Amino acid sequence: MAGSARDQRRLAPEDARNAAREIRAQRVRAFLFVTPLLVFIGFAFVAPIASMLFRSAYNPTVAELVPASLEALAEWDGEGQPSEAVLTQFAVDMKRLANDRTSGQLAEEINRNLPGTSSVVKSTARNLRRVEDAELASNGAALLLEANDAWGEPGIWRALRKAGKTYTTGYYLTALDLEMTRDGSIQQRDTQIYLKLYGKTLWMALIITLLTLVLGYPLAFHMAHSSTSRANFLMVFVLLPFWTSLLVRTTSWIALLQTNGVVNSALIALGLTRQPHEMLYTQFSTVIAMTHILLPFMVLPLYSVMRGIDPSFMRAALSMGSRPIPAFLRIYLPMSLPGLSAGALLVFIISVGYYITPALVGGTDGQMISNIIAFHMQQSNNWELAAALGSLLLFLIVALYWLYDRFIGAGNIKLG
Amino acid sequence: MTRSEDAVFLKLDDVKKSYDQKSLVVKGFDIAVEQGEFITLLGPSGSGKTTVLMMLAGFESVTSGTISIRGKSINKTAPYKRNIGMVFQNYALFPHMTVAENLAYPLSVRGMSKADQKARIAEYLKLVELDDFGHRYPGQLSGGQMQRVALARAMIFEPTLILMDEPLGALDKKLREQMQYEITRLHEKLGFTVIYVTHDQAEALSMSDRIAVFNDGVVQQCAPPAELYERPVNAFVAEFIGENNFVEGHVERIEGGRAVVSVKGGGQIVAEAAQGLEASGRCIVSIRPEKLFIHPTSHDHDNEIEATFVARIYVGDFIRYYFRLSDGSEIVVKVLNDLSAPEFGEGDQGRLQWLISDSIAFPHDGEMPDTTG
Repeated sequence: MAGSARDQRRLAPEDARNAAREIRAQRVRAFLFVTPLLVFIGFAFVAPIASMLFRSAYNPTVAELVPASLEALAEWDGEGQPSEAVLTQFAVDMKRLANDRTSGQLAEEINRNLPGTSSVVKSTARNLRRVEDAELASNGAALLLEANDAWGEPGIWRALRKAGKTYTTGYYLTALDLEMTRDGSIQQRDTQIYLKLYGKTLWMALIITLLTLVLGYPLAFHMAHSSTSRANFLMVFVLLPFWTSLLVRTTSWIALLQTNGVVNSALIALGLTRQPHEMLYTQFSTVIAMTHILLPFMVLPLYSVMRGIDPSFMRAALSMGSRPIPAFLRIYLPMSLPGLSAGALLVFIISVGYYITPALVGGTDGQMISNIIAFHMQQSNNWELAAALGSLLLFLIVALYWLYDRFIGAGNIKLG
Repeated sequence: MTRSEDAVFLKLDDVKKSYDQKSLVVKGFDIAVEQGEFITLLGPSGSGKTTVLMMLAGFESVTSGTISIRGKSINKTAPYKRNIGMVFQNYALFPHMTVAENLAYPLSVRGMSKADQKARIAEYLKLVELDDFGHRYPGQLSGGQMQRVALARAMIFEPTLILMDEPLGALDKKLREQMQYEITRLHEKLGFTVIYVTHDQAEALSMSDRIAVFNDGVVQQCAPPAELYERPVNAFVAEFIGENNFVEGHVERIEGGRAVVSVKGGGQIVAEAAQGLEASGRCIVSIRPEKLFIHPTSHDHDNEIEATFVARIYVGDFIRYYFRLSDGSEIVVKVLNDLSAPEFGEGDQGRLQWLISDSIAFPHDGEMPDTTG
């Protein structure tokens, strides 16, 4: 009997085919619904990030500018002056670059590896521009040395060879304040810039997260436990910052914090200080302004999670004899943890990559890693280093998320 | 049931509560509860019964009056010092703790040693028949199991009093009956005192020693279930507890506690006179559907009224007959589904009969109780 019942439940081949077709059709339909989004994400998000990751290790500029010289230089042992053939080939290349008006690019690339050589390359290019091809071919090496005696030193050639590598880890090393010595070992640079900046960025993000938590948790708690109309009224004030321009809010902090600003005037008027404090263009101003701007990101997930916690849980704990504060710590806090994690993670990650506020109110002291990335993108024109710094930031955030998932669990994040 | 002053365990004396400083939600609640009693606060939603419970637990302040346990006022005692167990409608089991950790919570708060806690938890899990569920999380339990854990958690620290706020409201009918039996069994076994809040009268009737029927912030009647059902003191209780028929009439005279009533649609009946009934006033007479019989019947009867048959509804174990009196009001008769259940055609006249002692005449202010509710 049992056997026959099982047989009846089993699908006939035709039924199985029909069922499979139905599921396939459902999948295709579901896929079609998200296709526009996938295309958009691929084009606007995945592709730029992939290209950034690629660019951080890929630099073909020099290899494309002077391929023949680099080929000739490959045989050089790195000591003393390279052979005459190399010098001659380079002189020929320089003339071509000078006439193509691309010598500036080369100068910039070499200068990155050996500061101060930009002018050497540029002046040499100017000198060699008018020389006849035949003379260059026969007497190029001498002409090159005549144009600038730096070409007799090995340093500039090493810099050229280093810049000529198409794929390089150099930018990552720079981003980590490291450099490769001539024998291939890795050592620390004399000046520590980027690691310190990463450290400062993480530290400031942590402070901002803690501040938003301290300010946001009681507010969310109060809102979650007041009547709906009151909660909605308060919600307007939480959301108000979202409805005003970020730029306006940041600029208003300038008005508040500057030397003769509102805060200083008030402090002096109250007789609390005699002289105005320098508050603007410091870490302090960055932290204050960003805490203000990021507060809603903390309050919203906290509020929506707290709203779902029935008052009976705390009542149950109290009725069982627990005092209010232990009951809060043991019962309420763990139950609000999903909102707390979501809010903290959101604020932390946003603040690690924040740009506009530190740029406007941070000065030099309050700069964060994204400001230096922007600097390399816009001013020093070193996109490769910017890409490496950005990639490291991405890895850092992924690593932090992994740690979080490991110890708290990503399943604990709840936005509502 | 007699209650001498020193047997009184819990006493609420003229307790009032106002939320908005304008109107009272609870208007002077008095009750004296003996140790081990099972008291139910029954009433429609918004009648103030849950507010009373919250004041007992200490989550709401008392506007005026006193709540005392063993003669000592607890008005100003903090909830966590009252030693009162509580069972909530949504169970309020802590979702991030296992069943055993939930049960351990009130014990560890009291500083009980781990070994003692373990033994106590095992004992109470056995009591609610969930021996092997200690390591599970509340999310992995069914509604009935969660309710049993909630019960065990409210009892495990041996509170002086257990409050239950519609504990079975979220369960389906079958499970609810099972849990009613379970709570009754535990109550009889352990002898704790219970204040139970519900709006389900069947639940109240089957479990309680006494029921306080609430309406509009006032206790209408506080009595054992049978008395409440058989001898309601007013029309609200008569209507709220169980099903009832109401016949309007005019009191001719009152003789020896019985009222002679001339029915609005014609005819004269006799009923027990309720308190406050006055001769030559208006009244309504209540008769339970199962106490009515259709002529011819072998049952005793001393009242009779003519009515027109309207409809007959087959319910299973019994049959409901709908009749209309000549004044237009409807009357329901419940007849056991046996061979004596009569057949009627629409518009047929029938004679409904009952005992005087099964009907009560209440003073009537002109408004009919809502018998559809």
